[in-house]
Amino acid sequence: MALKTETFILNAGPQHPSTHGVFRMRMTLDGEVIQDVEPVFGYLHRGVEKLAEGLAYPQDIVFTDRLDYLASMTNNQAYVVAVEKLAGIQAPERAEYLRVIMAELMRISSHLMAVGFLLNDLGAFMTPLLYMYREREKILDLFDMVCGQRLTYNYMRIGGVSQDIPEEFIPALNKFIDSLPGFIKEYDQLLATNEILLVRTKNVGILSKESAINYSTAGPVLRASGVKWDIRKADPYSVYNRFNFEIPTGTKGDVYDRYRVRIEEMIQSSSIIKQAIAQLPSGEIQTKIPRILRPPKGEVYGHIEGPKGEIGFYLVSDGSANPYRWHMRPPSLINLTALREMLIGVKIADAMAIFGSIDICVGEVDR
Amino acid sequence: MATLGRSIFPLNFHPAILPPDWPAGFWSHMIIFVVILFVFIIIMAVAFIYIERRVLGRFQIRIGPNRIGPFGLFQPVADTIKILIKEDIVPLNADKIMHLLAPAVAFIPVVMIFAVIPFQNGAALVDLNIGIVYIVAVSSVSVVGMVMAGWSSNNKYALVSAMRVIAQVVSYEIPLALAVIGIVLFAGTLSMNGIVQAQNIPYILLQPMGFLIYFLAALAEINRTPFDLLEAEGEIVAGYNIEYSGIKFALFFLAEYTEAVAISAIITTLYLGGWKGPFLPPVLWFLIKVFAVFFVIIWIRSTLPRLRIDQVMGFAWKFLLPLALINLLVTGIQVVFLPDISQWIIVVMNIVLAAVLVFLFSRSFRTRGDKIEAQ
Amino acid sequence: MTTALAATEITPKLEATLPGCIVESNGNTVVVKAESLHQVASFLKTTAGLDFNYLNYITAVDYQTNFEVVYYLTSIEHNHDIILKTRLIDREKPALASVVDLWKGADFQEREIYDLFGISFTDRPNLKRIFLWDGFQGYPLRKDFKP
Repeated sequence: MALKTETFILNAGPQHPSTHGVFRMRMTLDGEVIQDVEPVFGYLHRGVEKLAEGLAYPQDIVFTDRLDYLASMTNNQAYVVAVEKLAGIQAPERAEYLRVIMAELMRISSHLMAVGFLLNDLGAFMTPLLYMYREREKILDLFDMVCGQRLTYNYMRIGGVSQDIPEEFIPALNKFIDSLPGFIKEYDQLLATNEILLVRTKNVGILSKESAINYSTAGPVLRASGVKWDIRKADPYSVYNRFNFEIPTGTKGDVYDRYRVRIEEMIQSSSIIKQAIAQLPSGEIQTKIPRILRPPKGEVYGHIEGPKGEIGFYLVSDGSANPYRWHMRPPSLINLTALREMLIGVKIADAMAIFGSIDICVGEVDR
Repeated sequence: MATLGRSIFPLNFHPAILPPDWPAGFWSHMIIFVVILFVFIIIMAVAFIYIERRVLGRFQIRIGPNRIGPFGLFQPVADTIKILIKEDIVPLNADKIMHLLAPAVAFIPVVMIFAVIPFQNGAALVDLNIGIVYIVAVSSVSVVGMVMAGWSSNNKYALVSAMRVIAQVVSYEIPLALAVIGIVLFAGTLSMNGIVQAQNIPYILLQPMGFLIYFLAALAEINRTPFDLLEAEGEIVAGYNIEYSGIKFALFFLAEYTEAVAISAIITTLYLGGWKGPFLPPVLWFLIKVFAVFFVIIWIRSTLPRLRIDQVMGFAWKFLLPLALINLLVTGIQVVFLPDISQWIIVVMNIVLAAVLVFLFSRSFRTRGDKIEAQ
Repeated sequence: MTTALAATEITPKLEATLPGCIVESNGNTVVVKAESLHQVASFLKTTAGLDFNYLNYITAVDYQTNFEVVYYLTSIEHNHDIILKTRLIDREKPALASVVDLWKGADFQEREIYDLFGISFTDRPNLKRIFLWDGFQGYPLRKDFKP
């Protein structure tokens, strides 16, 4: 007599310690193996794209903070890069260097959180997470020193940055950057050869190169699958073409590769910051722009490399002070498209690890 | 094995002998010491909860709870009061009787383990001469309570967790029992007090592999990291006790920590020499060793991530079980063919053998970590 | 530097293979007819030398007289990009062929456009609202949306 089994539907519901925010996965399970996954989101949809059409261009910078609230600086940067391209404004040199420093610090902070939470999902009960947070606290203190905010910075402006750095910033930054590679190496030593970590992450959630490109993934997810595509090198913006840095790529595209890519990117970011501090010129921090900015009629797509992927803004201007269309390319949402393929045939425990390795922020998914 | 000297716990009693100086004799001191033991268990479990939170905090470079009372010592009191005044929610379609009985079935066997643990020479509630078999038997019953909880909650998460519980606990019973048999072969007796008395050298040295096997199997039995996928917060949100609140949840929680106390006590008795030690009173030595074992358990919890269920099962059947069988074989050979040789030679033999075997076995499970080259 | 491929490089090839599909082209934007969108997209993806295998994003704009759906394509190998657009006149039930079979990353983005603009995409599984709840009336990002 054949054994009859039935599948059942398990809801990793909006409230779940592992789903990094309000995100729901309806999984159809056969025992422990996932047969189908339907991601459901929209719990954090605030209608930002419509709201932005009612405000002027400089006022919309505030919205960008709250999209990916864990990496506000890079969101700001993407938006001002797009607006500057549309209106033909060039920010002064010092502002560009400051933007690079802030963006790379943001990248380190976001990757620290991503790696910490990945390990938390794997079960290491917050110890690695709290070690990562210790370093992240230092970064947040640096941001606090500059713009007075720890989470939603609203620091970049169209044509420059809002405030200059105080005197104690550079010494504190140097102290942090000097200690960071040592910390990462020590941390990596504890984890990279940990048998349990390797067994849980290697060959889990493999995304092939062709799939990664076809799914339009970006950021560490794309690079871990072996595609060497980084907007900072492929389509440089700001002053990135003046720095020497490398792009870490993976080979297989499993969870372990994504983890490694993020660790290596942090080290590259600290090297970029060092070079930026050395080359930092003096000067103004914002060009003069008209009080009410009316960009010429037209449209633009400006993109940067954010910590989670390619952040881009598609703006359509009709010549007035408010944008006609304001659209953000959400890296987290597009990376999520690959989730279903990676999760089918996998056990629940691995599902959380894979989901954590994609590193989403729901504010960006839902906008 | 009657003992002399002052002891605050009852002597190793034989039912026919009535302690002479107790009014109402046998039953009164039985009841009084059951009460004392019970209070001791509860206090130890609660103390372990507090200690775990503080020590875990230190591992994670933060202070643990320190607000309530000096050094946060009244934190467990606050937690207890909080949990007792919570509303008791029973899901609508739950199986009411099983839902009610499950915490009790999970908790009671764990408490029963303490009946045979010797705190001092001959000072156990009942010094059964089949002590260790009793322990292994009774500790398996608490699994039934967890499965009852998972089933009766009418919740898919709980059910998934209950299935995992059965798989894990049953698989790890076997290496556990086999490691214990190694001890019994050396000691020549099943009674717990007898095992302690037979340890001139602590058995951790004589049976290093047995110790490792027992320690890991015991960690799996009490659902602690790295085997704590049953209550994996990230995955199945607290597992089989997801639908419990109030005092029933408190019982499950307490049961887990009481099991940790029990395991620490058993490991102390079997492998670390129980209450033996110079200078200090034996009870104090016992407590020191129990806390030391628990510290190692917390250490492991704060450092390692968790294994997946199929890796857990693979570990039990492919790694621990063969090692346990080899351990048993070697121990048997040593006991039968080399009974008069000095124990230290056996120590050296066993340590070398353990190192070689663990090394060889771990080779076949190894996954390598490669570095990604920045190109 | 990613070269923004001039439309003039592509239009001759497109006219040769699929005549009559181009409505207008300027800069690095090509606007094609709605019916031929899928064939044009497929042509752009598979032709050697063009190889637009990476879809950056899809979005839509409501220009009150028509809808415009914008596709931004990149070729990772050659590092050039192009913008592909199409216009839809029908405001009651606008429909367009889906490109999910060419670039799987279009999945959620097309659902988003359906959710917020009301443009349906044919030949794709599971077209339903993604952000708003299923019973929601109206399409918020349209210019004539009254809450």
